[in-house]
Amino acid sequence: MARHDPTTNAELMSREGVPPLPTKQPAMSFQDAAKLSLGDSQLRFNMGKATNTIRGKRVKVVEEMPDWEALREAGRAIKDRTLRHLDKYLLQFEASVARVGGKIHWAADADDANRIVADLVKAQGAKEVVKIKSLTTDEIGLNEALAREGITAHETDLAELIIQLADERSSHILVPAIHKSRAEIRELFRRTLENTEELTDDPRALAAAARAHLRKKFLTVPVAVSGVNFGVAETGTVCIVESEGNGRMCLTLPKVLISVMGIEKVVPTWRDMEVYLQLLPRSSTAERMNPYTSFWTGIAPPGDGPDEFHVILLDDGRSKVLTDRVGRQALACIRCSACLNICPVYERTGGHAYNSVYPGPIGAILTPQLVGVENAGSLPYASSLCGACYEVCPVKINIPEVLVHLRGKVVRKKQETLRGQLAPENVAMKTLGRVFASPRRYAAMQKMGRQGQKLMVKGGVIERIPGYLGGWTSVRDVYPIAPQTFREWWKQRERKVLPKQPPREETRP
Amino acid sequence: MTPPRETVLARIRAALTDVPTLERPEDVVIDRSYRHIDDEPERARLERFIERVREYKARVKVARADDLSRAIAESCAERGVARLVTPADLPDGWAPPGVELIREPGLTNDELERSDGVLTACALGIAQTGTVVLDSGPGQGRRAISLVPDYHLCVVFDRQVVGLVPEAVVRLQAAAESPARPITFISGPSATSDIELNRVEGVHGPRTLEVIVVTELDVS
Repeated sequence: MARHDPTTNAELMSREGVPPLPTKQPAMSFQDAAKLSLGDSQLRFNMGKATNTIRGKRVKVVEEMPDWEALREAGRAIKDRTLRHLDKYLLQFEASVARVGGKIHWAADADDANRIVADLVKAQGAKEVVKIKSLTTDEIGLNEALAREGITAHETDLAELIIQLADERSSHILVPAIHKSRAEIRELFRRTLENTEELTDDPRALAAAARAHLRKKFLTVPVAVSGVNFGVAETGTVCIVESEGNGRMCLTLPKVLISVMGIEKVVPTWRDMEVYLQLLPRSSTAERMNPYTSFWTGIAPPGDGPDEFHVILLDDGRSKVLTDRVGRQALACIRCSACLNICPVYERTGGHAYNSVYPGPIGAILTPQLVGVENAGSLPYASSLCGACYEVCPVKINIPEVLVHLRGKVVRKKQETLRGQLAPENVAMKTLGRVFASPRRYAAMQKMGRQGQKLMVKGGVIERIPGYLGGWTSVRDVYPIAPQTFREWWKQRERKVLPKQPPREETRP
Repeated sequence: MTPPRETVLARIRAALTDVPTLERPEDVVIDRSYRHIDDEPERARLERFIERVREYKARVKVARADDLSRAIAESCAERGVARLVTPADLPDGWAPPGVELIREPGLTNDELERSDGVLTACALGIAQTGTVVLDSGPGQGRRAISLVPDYHLCVVFDRQVVGLVPEAVVRLQAAAESPARPITFISGPSATSDIELNRVEGVHGPRTLEVIVVTELDVS
């Protein structure tokens, strides 16, 4: 059952009854949800602090790379090549993984994928799994699906653990608990973890508490579930990029490893890793390299890693995104989160207002494409189109271009119904379209406007327009229509007739 | 009912109708004009490697080849290591005297957990990023031994240190193709940026990483 729309920021952050993507019903609009977030001053402080820290660091590690632009271009082109021939590369990846002892499963949607994971876990007779942080499994609601089958999923990434313990939704694709301060995390740990009475809010102590809590799980739980950062078609190699070592624990200690991989995560060759291993860490945690990156190719010799390895290739709306020639570039995303950290809108609202596991600028173009603009129509407007996201994107996704493209789709979707056609916005835009199409109508409209604005101009500007357009002036002033437009001046200007000059005489030597 | 595999492939093909049927993957041009080789002299490269490993708050020490065993023993003593995990093929002369060696193969997770540290070789070092790479080659052992113990002592020879990430990736092609050789890039001790986006060292992996750089060059 869908819950009522949240009325406080705490409700907005809560996980209860919220689907990972707004598929089932139109979600609360971003603009309404953002008002709740903006009212939470602790949240605004936390977000401002975190995003400012990371932005400063990112600039430093990017500026020390003389070939950054060349790497971005290569990163974009490799993804472009892959997406344009995605079927071939997936089949090659499937064959490569099979050759090295792994098993590929295909999932058309979230239900398929969740069922496959649950069946694999049950086949082991297991009741618990340990998980590496994975956006893809968040997207398909895997933890909830496993819970319905009586299987407990333990998140092992620190930030994932924090929001799992708090029963809150993620607010950032890389650091899901970015909205929480160290003091809030300490309170949470003291409430939910054992032996934490003396815990301080030193990040080191908080990390140590998580280490102690999860240690036993790593050593005893027989099944691990991960996402995939990159899958190499040529070799069948799978790559996980992480920091804490929880990933390495999950990849090497349990008997069975199940990796859920979006179909867009395939790259053609091993060599392509040289590009993404440079782009991703500097763009995400602003490090030259993240602490741990693991690659494995099928099943390693006995005693080294799992005896069974499964990859689930997940579509779940991605092929729909692929259909859109402008929007498909969103599938190039390597989930670095640079666009979130730089975005002036995200910095202020935080991630929950986006109502999706994919918040921020990339979420604003990915979510509506995955679930249809009818379910997330407010997200393409969650931007000022300033373009900072495009500038920092390590694979050059032109996010503003896709945002504008999707706004067009939202409008056309509305125009499909009579109600949408008769809506004041549509009528006004249609009228404006006609006005702008004809110089005569345009001039007439300017004359009318000049008469109509007389009562509203104060001190040379219009501070408030009444009625439907009032929202526009609630945050800005408008300059009035000039007493004389350029076109009017051009018509009325004094025409000086210059006396005819005699043709210049050519000079000859 | 169509199997999911065929459903997904059919959807992808239907989505790509704008791609000309004659277009081959290699027709989509990839401009690889980024740097492939570091042209710094060896000494500068090595110094950069050391500086950048240190920036992750890993400990780095430099030793001459004939002094390596003394350096290893010294590190173990400083750290107070009594029980040291080693791979089965630990090079001769590396074993520090006076330390109980817990030698592979066949160690249980519990034995790894109760040790004081692990000593391994590595496949490569990357100067640009301050990374050591393990690829299950000689003297490195399986992945768990360099993960579960809380202290990792890793030996890197100067000839193993490359300049840039692409140089490392090229050298790892054979390991990537082999199921028997999982690859791990290690850049500093385990860390997290999950609290207020600030890096703090020490979560699930070894909380202390120490690298011994073996070279005859005069670097520090």
